[in-house]
Amino acid sequence: MIDVDGLTVARGGVTVFEDVSLTVEEGEFVALVGPNGAGKTTLLQAINGVLTPGSGIVRVDGRPIGDCSARDRGRLVATVPQDTHVGFDFSVEDIVAMGRTPYHTRFGRTDREADNRAVRRALERTDTARFADRPVDEVSGGERQRVLLARALAQDTPALLLDEPTASLDVNHQVETLSLVSDLAASGKAALAAIHDLDLAARFCDRIVLLADGRVLANGSPAAVLDATSLGAAFDADAAVTTHPTTGTPSVTALGERRDRDLTVHVVGTGRTAARVIARLHDAGATVTAGPLPEGDLAAETARARGLETVTAPAFGSLDRGVRDRVARLREEAAVLVAADPPRADGIAGLLDAHIPVVTVDGAGGPDAGAQRQTASARPETTTRVASPAHVLEAVVTVAPERELPADD
Amino acid sequence: MHTGVRTLWWSVGLSVILVAVVLASATIGPVAIDALTVARATLNAVAVPVGVSVAVESAGVFGASVPVPVPDVSYYYPFSLSVPTTAEVIVRRVRLPRIALAAVVGFSLSSAGAVMQGFFRNPMADPSIIGVSSGAAVGAVATIAFPLAIPFGLQAAAFAGALAAAFGVYAIASEGNRTPVATLLLAGVAVQTLLGAAVSYMLLQSGQSLREAVYWLMGQLSGSSWAEVEVTLPLAVLAFAVLYAYARDLNVLLLGEADAHTLGIEVERTKRILLAVASIITAAAVSVAGVIGFVGLIVPHVMRLLVGPDHRILLPTSALAGAAFLVAADTFARAGPAEVPVGIVTAALGAPFFLYLLRNREVHAL
Repeated sequence: MIDVDGLTVARGGVTVFEDVSLTVEEGEFVALVGPNGAGKTTLLQAINGVLTPGSGIVRVDGRPIGDCSARDRGRLVATVPQDTHVGFDFSVEDIVAMGRTPYHTRFGRTDREADNRAVRRALERTDTARFADRPVDEVSGGERQRVLLARALAQDTPALLLDEPTASLDVNHQVETLSLVSDLAASGKAALAAIHDLDLAARFCDRIVLLADGRVLANGSPAAVLDATSLGAAFDADAAVTTHPTTGTPSVTALGERRDRDLTVHVVGTGRTAARVIARLHDAGATVTAGPLPEGDLAAETARARGLETVTAPAFGSLDRGVRDRVARLREEAAVLVAADPPRADGIAGLLDAHIPVVTVDGAGGPDAGAQRQTASARPETTTRVASPAHVLEAVVTVAPERELPADD
Repeated sequence: MHTGVRTLWWSVGLSVILVAVVLASATIGPVAIDALTVARATLNAVAVPVGVSVAVESAGVFGASVPVPVPDVSYYYPFSLSVPTTAEVIVRRVRLPRIALAAVVGFSLSSAGAVMQGFFRNPMADPSIIGVSSGAAVGAVATIAFPLAIPFGLQAAAFAGALAAAFGVYAIASEGNRTPVATLLLAGVAVQTLLGAAVSYMLLQSGQSLREAVYWLMGQLSGSSWAEVEVTLPLAVLAFAVLYAYARDLNVLLLGEADAHTLGIEVERTKRILLAVASIITAAAVSVAGVIGFVGLIVPHVMRLLVGPDHRILLPTSALAGAAFLVAADTFARAGPAEVPVGIVTAALGAPFFLYLLRNREVHAL
């Protein structure tokens, strides 16, 4: 239905993307993802004809968009814009009725019946009929987004483009809007949406096109496209891809742009506190190792999702020799040891007796008696206590032994 | 209520107000004439054009004699009611042409103002935003200050100056086949400033004719004749018809150019047509009446508050309200012991009213 072939677009002499090809079939809902500035909006504008591409061709329903009159384009492709601010007190119904513009001739009679039917249907479909008479600038951002979707529906086109349809919406409306688009696609439209939220894209779209570095980096099922490697390449950032526990679709957690630090930290602990410590240090660019962590614990899950070197042990069990050795080896390489809400098990006490600086992080419940008792055995002059994982980085950097810097000439 | 029906009712209502204002205005003047006599004299003045013949006259341009086609319209007068001769002459020869011209100018400026505000999506846009009035002022003041150097009449010079300024601004703001609205706006401001400097300089050099030039710049309708109405009225009606045909497109343009594009509007072509027609209608008004400010700015604002932003109803109501407003303002201008330029009256009446609206209702945006 939407057929993009070898599209190259330059703006102000700079190539935005080159040789982009993709198709969206009838009944398909495809997400266009990619970092800011990858040209998602530009690609949509090249498809709907607002921009003229440098080379390449866009066909919708077999017709080259570049050769179509404005009116014909308006009957082939409808676009839900990103900026939903309207600024004039047109009523919601007025705005939706403007979707019928491509069917009006300036002087001839217009088919008012067909217009009214299309507008009615669009209002009902998007659940906007109940505030059809209200000024469009008095409805909420989420409602306004649906109004613009209704306008696009009134256009009655085979192809539907959406530019960040969920950007200004709360969680609830994001889901509603995307389910609606998904239904519309299922009823025969070809829908292509630039979407920021990768989880939502994975959940609602049949296919994901990853646009980055001026080209299509990946194009396929959500599971195939959303893997840590291609996302890392596209977004210049580390990402952890897990399976969402409720929806069962891939879920992406961006971990921020990594700035590698010459700092290795070993984390021991449990639960949310340890998980946050691991995340925070890793995000900050430290090399993080962890263990022993109880199997299935949130901390272990976090370390695994990030691909960190981790030693896990069965929860409530005693630590066997192999585990102890592996932990000891990791600890040897670390510059700082962080004990984040460590378990009370006596078996762990010895692990904290490190010959490197130790930072202890209190758990959610405040200073923990067990942790206090255990860390007492570490050399007190090298132990720093922080109250929350939010401050762990600062403490670690402070206590980390100074490395010899290469001498300047 | 359906837009068409609403438009009809508002237009009928405003037409009734316009007729009432016209009749009331015609009773006012140094010679008091009662309303009934005015009504009868006005009916007698109603003319239906029934035929056009073209005569060729010669006119002197640069000393040479050039044949100029002059259309000669023949009229049928359906009424001939008995009215005292003096009253008939005053109403028909003196007051009505001026009132009619005020109505045409108000009609033109207000409809052009409504279009420009929508086109620029800017509440401060007025009909002269792309330099029309400044261009007209250069033409008019040059004619007044240096009558020998300019071979045309004042109005022709003003009209030519207005269109030259508008076209210049458009050309400056265009890149390839695109004309970004923001560039147009800024180019308009810059060109207006430049032409303002030219006008100021000519005023300094104008000597004896300074008073006449200043008077023109303030906008005035004294000494209006039916001939001016005959030229401007058809132009105004024709231009309005074109603008009205684009009312839906203007609505869609309010959503932004990219949106308008995806909704099937040929954006650049539509912009060119709207800009050209609105500039022509403004140029015609300014060249016969001088620079009358504020009408084209506030009348569309007030009407937008009353009828909403839909140009299908906003354009005709603004045009009719503008006509009535300028007739009323010009009546004030000429009713006092000494006549003042109508531009002063429109600004003096319009600005406080606009400020009142600003404080009491939402006029923060279009």
